[in-house]
Amino acid sequence: MECQECHQNPATVHFAQVINGEKSEIHVCQQCAKDKGYVSQEEDAYSLHNLLSGLFNTGSNTMQQQSLRKQEETLQCDKCGMTYQQFARLGKFGCASCYHTFADHLNPLFRKVHSGNTLHEGKVPKRAGSNIYQRKKLRDLKVKLQQAIADEAFEDAAQIRDQIKSVEKSLHREEEGEDS
Amino acid sequence: MSLEQFMNEAISPWLKDDGPDSDIVMSSRVRLARNFEDTPFPLIAEEEQMDNILSFFKNEFNHQSYNQYKDFEFVRMADLNSTEKQVLVEKHLISPHLADKSKYGASLISKNEQVSIMVNEEDHIRAQLYFPGFQLEKALQEAFELDDWLETKINYAFDENRGYLTSCPTNVGTGLRASVMMHLPALALTRKINRMLPAINQLGLVVRGIYGEGSEAIGNIFQISNQITLGRSEEDIIEDLKGVVEKLIEHERHARTILLDQSSLELEDRVFRSYGILQHSRIIESKETAKCLSDVRLGIDLGFINNISKSILNELVVLTQPAFLQQYAKKMLTPNERDVFRASLIRERFTMEQKEEY
Ligand SMILES: [Zn+2]
Ligand SMILES: [Zn+2]
Repeated sequence: MECQECHQNPATVHFAQVINGEKSEIHVCQQCAKDKGYVSQEEDAYSLHNLLSGLFNTGSNTMQQQSLRKQEETLQCDKCGMTYQQFARLGKFGCASCYHTFADHLNPLFRKVHSGNTLHEGKVPKRAGSNIYQRKKLRDLKVKLQQAIADEAFEDAAQIRDQIKSVEKSLHREEEGEDS
Repeated sequence: MSLEQFMNEAISPWLKDDGPDSDIVMSSRVRLARNFEDTPFPLIAEEEQMDNILSFFKNEFNHQSYNQYKDFEFVRMADLNSTEKQVLVEKHLISPHLADKSKYGASLISKNEQVSIMVNEEDHIRAQLYFPGFQLEKALQEAFELDDWLETKINYAFDENRGYLTSCPTNVGTGLRASVMMHLPALALTRKINRMLPAINQLGLVVRGIYGEGSEAIGNIFQISNQITLGRSEEDIIEDLKGVVEKLIEHERHARTILLDQSSLELEDRVFRSYGILQHSRIIESKETAKCLSDVRLGIDLGFINNISKSILNELVVLTQPAFLQQYAKKMLTPNERDVFRASLIRERFTMEQKEEY
């Protein structure tokens, strides 16, 4: 497949783009991808700028979307001062708090960038409160338990259930400790 | 300085080893993006905040070590000249982006150059590990240990729902970018690679041709990496990538067998012509160098060439890049001078190899 921009080099960068609600596939070579702003200098293969502007100009006008758009005009992170409009232009957050400030507006973006996903499923820092770590462990164990039961591996299931109990216990203890 | 001496300093020690499937997979890399909890990201952080992070890293991690990774050296970009920075870029120890951020950028590099931790790049921390050949799981496991080590001293920006918070929305969640560098000459020669790329892309993976100033996959080297970082565990991300790489290895081996069956003589001719060019040319551009190195590498893998080791190709890939040439020449070179110098360095390297034979 040849690059659709220069028609000279083979297309090595491929992705889908949504602009104004229309999905199109892009096949370009590395150089054109850079020149046209589809990829940043290093590795991000999306032009977030295009993605963001595409996402929020879908033309539909439900009440909910209208009020979200109104909010976007005034939304500003009180930790770093980044406005929503700056974020949409740069495609980059200013600080960790931006994630909370812009929270209501991020799911569509994350879904586009991460194939429909909006929630973290991976590693958890041990220091970030063992609470989060334990809750995540609990969730994982429960999935494992369901799988064990489905596989009729009842000995494993019993073991996993014991693990769940002990995690629940320590989680409970910690939460009480936090209250006092 | 003799070429041998220069090489020993120029080549990352880990690059000298052959890893699993190293006839096709040159290296595996895992990178984790992390940020400090209470400091704005480098994009907008104030100078004092960036300076604090630099001092923190220098104080806490300079000359430290963990596991087998000994002696981390803290290098400030501001202390390097532009050729030195470019050398680090060509060794893949830092990104071009970090090299540009001269004032507050730094890197913590392990002595064997397998680990490098970029400080104040797009994120406060970008920790990366390299392994020779196809070793994604090992790379992930060791990256986790590195992460835990850093975490003993750092409170990361983390959110239960969104995971590790990063400057760019494309990295949020795991902050993980895993990639492998693959040499796929037979798939490229038979143009099969072009048909496979869109399918790989659909799986949330990205394929890029790498290195050189040009656009295409110069030297038939492709980098495959994950695009999605949110909503999947690190293990799943690695698993997906691993699966696709395994398929590509299978297809590449198959394509090589077919090429050998159907046009062995033509292939042999191509390999030895390239070998001849590398051994005898007096002026050679980087693009032609990459093509010839690819052919010779294939020639070694297919058994046409037995008298040179594959590691010299790894070396030459690194050494023939502009900053390395200048570093060895000890002066700035015009593009034309580089082509002449590159040809003589390659000749010298092959001569050295032949001397070792006897
Ligand atoms: Zn192009
Ligand atoms: Zn902010």
